[in-house]
Amino acid sequence: MLELLIPSLLQTLYMVFFSTLFSLILGFPMGILLVITEKGSIWEKPTLYRILDGIINILRSFPFLILMILLFPLSRLIVGKTIGTTATIVPLSIAAAPFVARVIESSLKEVDRGVIELGHSIGATVPQIIFKILIPEAMPSLIMGVTLTIINLIGYSAMAGAIGGGGLGDLAIRYGLYRFQTDVMVVSVIVIVLLVQGIQYTGNKLASKISKK
Amino acid sequence: MVDIQNLSKCFKVGNDDLWAIKNVSMHIDKGEIFGIIGLSGAGKSTLIRCLNRLEEPTEGRVIIDGTDITSLGKKELRTTRKNIGMIFQHFNLLMQKTTYENIALPLELIGASKKEIESRVNALLEYVGLEDKRNVYPSQLSGGQKQRVAIARALANNPKILLSDEATSALDPQTTKSILDLLSRIRDELGLTIIMITHQIEVVKDICDRVAIMENGEIVEISTVEELFKRPKSKTARAFINSLSSDIQEEFIKPAEFKGRILRLSFWGDIVKKPIVSHMVKRFDIDVNILSGNISQLMSTSAGHLIVELTGSDEEIQAAIDYLKAHDVEVEVM
Repeated sequence: MLELLIPSLLQTLYMVFFSTLFSLILGFPMGILLVITEKGSIWEKPTLYRILDGIINILRSFPFLILMILLFPLSRLIVGKTIGTTATIVPLSIAAAPFVARVIESSLKEVDRGVIELGHSIGATVPQIIFKILIPEAMPSLIMGVTLTIINLIGYSAMAGAIGGGGLGDLAIRYGLYRFQTDVMVVSVIVIVLLVQGIQYTGNKLASKISKK
Repeated sequence: MVDIQNLSKCFKVGNDDLWAIKNVSMHIDKGEIFGIIGLSGAGKSTLIRCLNRLEEPTEGRVIIDGTDITSLGKKELRTTRKNIGMIFQHFNLLMQKTTYENIALPLELIGASKKEIESRVNALLEYVGLEDKRNVYPSQLSGGQKQRVAIARALANNPKILLSDEATSALDPQTTKSILDLLSRIRDELGLTIIMITHQIEVVKDICDRVAIMENGEIVEISTVEELFKRPKSKTARAFINSLSSDIQEEFIKPAEFKGRILRLSFWGDIVKKPIVSHMVKRFDIDVNILSGNISQLMSTSAGHLIVELTGSDEEIQAAIDYLKAHDVEVEVM
């Protein structure tokens, strides 16, 4: 059992780690742009906001499995193949990026308008307001958002397993479902549950440690 | 120091134009503590925000220290804003930063070195009396301490002007007093010009040199604080002054309901200490009924207000009024 479980767990961690990283790289700037380009915000660009908002909504409407299949050509282009753990990171990152953008957007929007006004009153530039005021003030909430993203990606990665992505989801389906090895399925699900619990717990702890409110 | 010329601000509310400020002009001298008082919705917050263009004025000009603020480009505006400190009703401190880091923020923005920041912030912490709160986060500070941090932050760049937007409105009376003392000290020692928005007449009374009364986006009266208490011209000003005393309010006294003549007496300075009314009663054949009265302590003097009913013959009453006037009492027949 362990010789099956360990490699699958490592695959899941590998997929989740890199897709979290890449979805943050893609989604974080989008989230910031959403907040600052909105009407009445610090870098008002209504057209850009509407375009970005539309793209994010469209991407988020796709069922993940369909998006993944649609992105096979892109995976081939970047990784050279469409099946396997590394190849799966591409659609995972792209599927999670608009989600990350929304999470970042809502975290940054929680920041009190008063401190943004303060930023203007001390002559801060737009980048200074973003990096010296908005992001530091939103940090606890941003950490909760990243936690949410990681957990979401664990769920996505399990689904990706079904179409050849590897990982714990793949294990549960191939051994548990197709070969009727219920014990393998139960154990893989338990491992996923523990993973989610552990990450949520760590995220909560970290956020409340950082929060000075 | 600050010259406001025909300033107006219009907000679009749906299809309607809402003029929050209408054609406001005033001049504020260097080193002055200038109060702008008005009820909520009078437009005073919008006015003070137009001075550093947190709100863009629709019409008019603001000239600060020779610079026409209203004509500046974005970049120049940012540079100019560093010379205009601002403090707020809700302090606007960064909750995720310590006292030290909050005060250091304006200095970080201009790229000051760690050493420069350290010495400047330490000096400011000492100035506002918060050395022991250096590494504490705002959530652990009291309201008064938070405002002190905000004041220190506003002073970080050595501004020439300090704008205060209801800085004491969220504080209890005692804390308000200590913050006003600090502001007063800043003016005296650092020579800053302070412009204060408030709805508290106590604030005006305690530290302002001159005051503008604002109503529906317009300035209805500008005078020295002494003059305002002696001879308030506008109804709003009178209401503010009356609100200082917990006695019968002027508007509740209806002259028609009294047989005698109702007079409003204002006196200030040394007269406050003299028994003028008593002398008047002895000298003339009249009776005096006191309806309302109070004495307010101003910065440099005290001002008293009395509302009295005089009964007696018309000649005697007239003679009594002349007597009061001859003794520098301001008399207004209501």
